[in-house]
Amino acid sequence: MKPSQSPPNPRRFAGTDRYVATDDLKLAVNAALTLQRPLLIKGEPGTGKTMLAEEVAQALNYPLLQWHVKSTTKAHQGLYEYDAVSRLRDSQLGDERVRDIANYIRKGVLWQAFESDLPTVVLIDEIDKADIEFPNDLLRELDQMEFHVYETGQTIRARHRPLVIITSNNEKELPDAFLRRCFFHYIQFPDRDTLRDIVKVHYPDIKTDILRAAMDHFFMLRDAPGLKKKPSTSEFLDWLALLLAEEIDAARIDAHASTSIPIMAGALLKNEQDIGLLERLSGLARQTRR
Amino acid sequence: MFIDFFYHLKNHKLPVSVKEYLTLLEVLRERVMPPSLDDFYVLARLTLVKDETLFDRFDQAFALFVKNLPATMPAGPDIPLDWLISQMQKNMTPEEKAALEKHGWDKLMEMFKERLKEQKERHAGGSKWVGTGGTSPFGNSGYHPEGIRVGGPSAGNRTAVKVWEERRFKEYDDQQELGTRNFKVALRRLRRFAREGAAEELDLDDTIRSTARNAGFLDVKMVPERHNAVNVLMLLDVGGSMDDHIARVEELFSASRSEFRNLEVWYFHNCPYERFWRYDTGGRRVYTDTWELLRTYNTNWRVLIVGDATMSPYEIVHPGGSVEHYNKEAGAVWLARILDAWPKAVWLNPEPQAYWQYRQSIDVVRNIMQNHMYPVTMTGLEAAMRQLSK
Repeated sequence: MKPSQSPPNPRRFAGTDRYVATDDLKLAVNAALTLQRPLLIKGEPGTGKTMLAEEVAQALNYPLLQWHVKSTTKAHQGLYEYDAVSRLRDSQLGDERVRDIANYIRKGVLWQAFESDLPTVVLIDEIDKADIEFPNDLLRELDQMEFHVYETGQTIRARHRPLVIITSNNEKELPDAFLRRCFFHYIQFPDRDTLRDIVKVHYPDIKTDILRAAMDHFFMLRDAPGLKKKPSTSEFLDWLALLLAEEIDAARIDAHASTSIPIMAGALLKNEQDIGLLERLSGLARQTRR
Repeated sequence: MFIDFFYHLKNHKLPVSVKEYLTLLEVLRERVMPPSLDDFYVLARLTLVKDETLFDRFDQAFALFVKNLPATMPAGPDIPLDWLISQMQKNMTPEEKAALEKHGWDKLMEMFKERLKEQKERHAGGSKWVGTGGTSPFGNSGYHPEGIRVGGPSAGNRTAVKVWEERRFKEYDDQQELGTRNFKVALRRLRRFAREGAAEELDLDDTIRSTARNAGFLDVKMVPERHNAVNVLMLLDVGGSMDDHIARVEELFSASRSEFRNLEVWYFHNCPYERFWRYDTGGRRVYTDTWELLRTYNTNWRVLIVGDATMSPYEIVHPGGSVEHYNKEAGAVWLARILDAWPKAVWLNPEPQAYWQYRQSIDVVRNIMQNHMYPVTMTGLEAAMRQLSK
């Protein structure tokens, strides 16, 4: 029997008061919820890919299980790990625990999600960091939501199919077989209106003129040709925090926008070549104005 | 059914699979969305396209599909939505139909027509965005659907029509034969495994041996994991005619970066002479004698020369032929020295192979390289790596 035959979940994700989700993103999450398929999220750094899983879990009131992938992560670590070496060592010391192999099996994130009494949200963060074969090794587990524990002969089956959210930063391309099983959503960089909504969520009482000036300057920066790393939403929010803390007013931001690199550029630009480039550009702008 | 749509996408070289198509049908049956063209667009993209570089191609294909609908359906701008709903109804149970009726599909149609009307009025006003009339998905050339921008909170999906017409994902579409993954897979053929670094893996043989020697008391031995330890020297042609190939070369470069841990990169222009350079942080060239390089890297290094070899033949065969400086010895002499020092060397040429025969200089270089010139494509790279790992 497939666990997917449990009645479809009537819950819907409609964004939260701390996270502004665009309509197509909501649709994507809801489609993944209804059809119980993994949702793959890509997008520029700093567009809130990881945040999404946290907010979905909070909105649906599901526990969130996170699996942060590194370059050394292996697929089976998400299921379980059998610590043979410490069992061997314990056997030499005559430890009683040795008799039960289950004592040496450590449950991974997916195991925890599968045996949870509540439906869960599982975040597999930055899947592209791992080896190129990593996603392929998880195909069956994500498809059937079950796996076999060879050491104990158990089969672990999901009681509730978790909502799996996978993020990728595009460092490696993912195998086709894996992609076919996922829904795919690309979080676009927010346009002005969405960005304004996002800022309002974080700084509800920001003055309109400061926000307007900061956004003008920010989008101008993003349009600057040849920037190595474009500033992202999260960097914009950090920058706003700085501007507010220093009580800088709109006039000063505007003044900087037309003559030189932004005030406190360190929050926006993380690359000294980019700062150099901007200095040259603004120098040119000054010369043409004279 | 949406079978036509599926084949239409396939014809437009979108890699959609039957499984994904079935998923799309499942989504439609589950009523995840209200029946509108806008949401259908989002859902179809969500289920069928798994790569943002293909979004633009999908947008174009979708626009074309919607545009071509009136040809098979009765004419009129409101047909696509109508047609879509009727198509969907075929797949629906009576209960589902009833639910749809309740949602008020008449009202949906009303809204749609209203928007069209409003759009025309704006058109009369002569706003700028009307200019691209020819691309309308509804087959009328006088307006652009981007104009269907109606206020009011209920028209929540107003951006979607605009989305595929606007081709927002254009910049992501690379249209290149190869992505970095393919490059990386091809480069992987060049592997020399070695164990170095931190000990992370259990060395079973050694553990058994030392445990036995230890009179049966466990003595765990670890070894470092195996890594690709091949040494690669990359000589890159920059500037001039290579500007046309920047994107391709950058991909190759980033793939090599992540695939080879010992990668050294030096630059030259058109043809290798008595000096190479690297760039300092200010972007200025810092020169190094070729002799210096020949001494520094031993014969174990694999050499990838990346260049289009497109120049005047004089630049290769004559002393003083360089376009940048006066070179005492001809490029051919230097190339021969490079081959002498590093027998495992190949030339990768980003220029399409079909043009090679028309460029005399490519022929010359190829002769010097003893035919080991390969195009920067999947098969070319594979052949090159096979040559290097021999």
